[in-house]
Amino acid sequence: MLELICKRLISAVPTLFLVTLMVFSLQKLLPGDPITAMAGEERDPAVIAQLRAEYHLDDPIPSQYFHWVGNALHGDFGISLRTQEPVLQLIASKLPVTLELSLWAMLIALIIGIGMGITAAVNKGTWIDNGANFVALSGISVPHFWLGVLLIMFFSVKLQWLPASGYVPFSEDPLQNLRTMILPAAVLGTGLSATLMRHTRAAMIAVMKTDYIRTARAKGLLRKKVIFKHALRNALVPIITLTTLLFGELLGGAVLCEQVFTLPGFGKMIVDSVFNRDYAVVQGVVMVVAVGFLVMNLLADVLYVLVNPRMRRG
Amino acid sequence: MKFRPRLSAALSAVLLLTSAASVYAQSAHAESTLRIGLGADPDQLDPATARTYYGRFVFSAMCDRLVDVDQHLAIVPGLATDWSYSADGKTLSMNLRQGVLFHDGEKFDANAVKYNLDRYLTLTGSLRKSEISSIDSVEVTGPYSVKIHLKNPDAALLMQLTDRAGAMMAPIATAKGNVAAHPVCSGPYEFVSRVQQDRIVLKRFDQYWNKSAYHFDKIIFLPIPDASVRLANLQAGDLDVTEGIAATDVKTVKADSKLALATVTGLGYMGLTVNLNNGTANTTGALAKETKVRQALSLAIDRDALNQVVFQGLFTPANQPFSPVSPYHVDLPIQARNIDKAKALLAEAGVKTPLNIDMLVPNNPTSQQVAQVLQAMVSEAGINLNLQMTEFATLLDKQQRGDYQLSMSGWSGRPDPDGSIYSFLNSKGALNDGRYSNPQVDQWLLSARQTSDVSARKALYKNIVEQENVDLPIIYLYFEPRIFGMSKKIAGFTPYPDGLIRLQGMTLTQ
Repeated sequence: MLELICKRLISAVPTLFLVTLMVFSLQKLLPGDPITAMAGEERDPAVIAQLRAEYHLDDPIPSQYFHWVGNALHGDFGISLRTQEPVLQLIASKLPVTLELSLWAMLIALIIGIGMGITAAVNKGTWIDNGANFVALSGISVPHFWLGVLLIMFFSVKLQWLPASGYVPFSEDPLQNLRTMILPAAVLGTGLSATLMRHTRAAMIAVMKTDYIRTARAKGLLRKKVIFKHALRNALVPIITLTTLLFGELLGGAVLCEQVFTLPGFGKMIVDSVFNRDYAVVQGVVMVVAVGFLVMNLLADVLYVLVNPRMRRG
Repeated sequence: MKFRPRLSAALSAVLLLTSAASVYAQSAHAESTLRIGLGADPDQLDPATARTYYGRFVFSAMCDRLVDVDQHLAIVPGLATDWSYSADGKTLSMNLRQGVLFHDGEKFDANAVKYNLDRYLTLTGSLRKSEISSIDSVEVTGPYSVKIHLKNPDAALLMQLTDRAGAMMAPIATAKGNVAAHPVCSGPYEFVSRVQQDRIVLKRFDQYWNKSAYHFDKIIFLPIPDASVRLANLQAGDLDVTEGIAATDVKTVKADSKLALATVTGLGYMGLTVNLNNGTANTTGALAKETKVRQALSLAIDRDALNQVVFQGLFTPANQPFSPVSPYHVDLPIQARNIDKAKALLAEAGVKTPLNIDMLVPNNPTSQQVAQVLQAMVSEAGINLNLQMTEFATLLDKQQRGDYQLSMSGWSGRPDPDGSIYSFLNSKGALNDGRYSNPQVDQWLLSARQTSDVSARKALYKNIVEQENVDLPIIYLYFEPRIFGMSKKIAGFTPYPDGLIRLQGMTLTQ
């Protein structure tokens, strides 16, 4: 196990380098640069020339890249050209918001998705199953944006129960923090729960067909016990792996949710920094996301080995 | 399978709890707070390097300027109590307000004025440099008087000093650097904290010289980019006032008994910039070469119908850069649409129809709608517009490089007419992306910039606007109003043409 983790960590280094190189090149291919954004409406040529020189934007692109890598290796990821804040500080302030949103959304998705998946599987072919499938399909099809605005209209504007947008840190006011999180987490959780439900259902159906379940039933075990003790445990193996791999979907959804609910999180920062051509921020963000993906994949492999005894070398 | 009823019970419990919490949240509002919605997050909170319109809302509450404008764009005293120009127009003398303190306790005096103006003129990346480039030097003539020496007469200078270029910051705190993270000014409200993309918090400055005119303990600016979400926040009571209500939402605000609306025609315009001579790839066509083709294009547009269809009639049709709120607005009637004449002009120019023209369009829903309406209108005259939806930074880049034939782009407007026309129509102007060049217009522009005689300036701008309407390097479409939505509990709100919210005299009844 330790060997697996070490191997994967070592192979992650070149991957990260490739990712940063690719993002750097892609950014340079985009028309416009941060100076266009910084120089404001007047676009005074003298100011533009001065700023380009100050931020090394006139250097050859390879030297710009190595300049960035050199600094990054020293832990200096540069400053946001838009607001002059250090990139690391920016990321550190945005990440908790997105992590919190993701955790709540995942929790909602797991409860609804696994619950509905089991219900559909054990009632396979009945109206309950069809109903659950229909709900899941709707969950996948409904755009985050539309659902978000709809929920705001209903819960904030009409009923005035929950704030329409914004964010309050947990440390500042736990209750208000929860109130700002409910709607975005519900929107983000809906899409994920549909994916989880369909996978749970498929895994459960496959397990319910196996010999040992038939044996358990033949022994006269309670239906509940068969489903939860014998079937679910084995069906959860692929689900656990899948959950870690939903990280990408979670992040993509978070980008949209944060836009609709104006949450000052990571997803919103990605979009804004691309539009502002804030190179240093984009690079920093991509690094963090890439590390996130690598960690999640590693976690998936480790979990798979842990929950599936057959995978263990013996 | 009984988990579903339980789950919904749990969810309802959470909802109930949180709605109970809202009562608690409102009690925290006991100190008077004003929550202002903005269409985007401001950039750096340093008046020297700031560039966004949204940042100006914050500076307006946080920083006193040397002079200010009233509702009719007339210049009124700020930190300068009176001022006068020398006979040759090359020296501006100012007397300063006494007993003014910066937020950190430093005293405001003539040295602070010199420090700030010098900083705006010399700081790397200062965006104020071009606004006050006519300043040659600042001379301290007494503890509360300065003389500003100019390289040449500059009629627009005072107006520039009503905005960021005239914002006075505490010299000692500012010299320490890191201004954007903690700006120190002398205005009615001082900086408390900022979370990017989330909020900017200011609190009342207790030692402000005009404290009694300001009635809130705390001001919170909340950037919410999506107009419908911004409106939802206002309806839900999470905002007290917001700028940037969309024309399509005006009906909703009017129908809401708890909300009020305030509208003022702004200073900004939207137009179509023609690439006349920028590069060679896009300037060989009839649109660039033939004045008559541009006149035909303009004649094929029904500006009034465009306003009705896309903006519910709330905007103002335009044929010049000076909006009706500007004292320099030229009285020139908007041309009525005339398809027959447009066709005739195209025929005179020897153009085979349909004439294909590529047009860059910013990829936001409103611009897209405008472009589609234009496309339909001009097609009747035999002009075929190919719309190229382009992300904003890319559009700017293409426009500067001359990689376009026609581009839909606007300008947020400036209180002094010079700022809305000089750089666009002057042969060497930084914003002249179509490379329009007319020596006579250059001469008029320079004269208008250098005379402070209002009637002489008006006559010169009239000449320029009339000539512009013949050459059509920019085909002006409309002026955008500034539409504010607010809670009915707010009193004393006055909309200004510069679109900023001035907090003086504003109150909120609980």
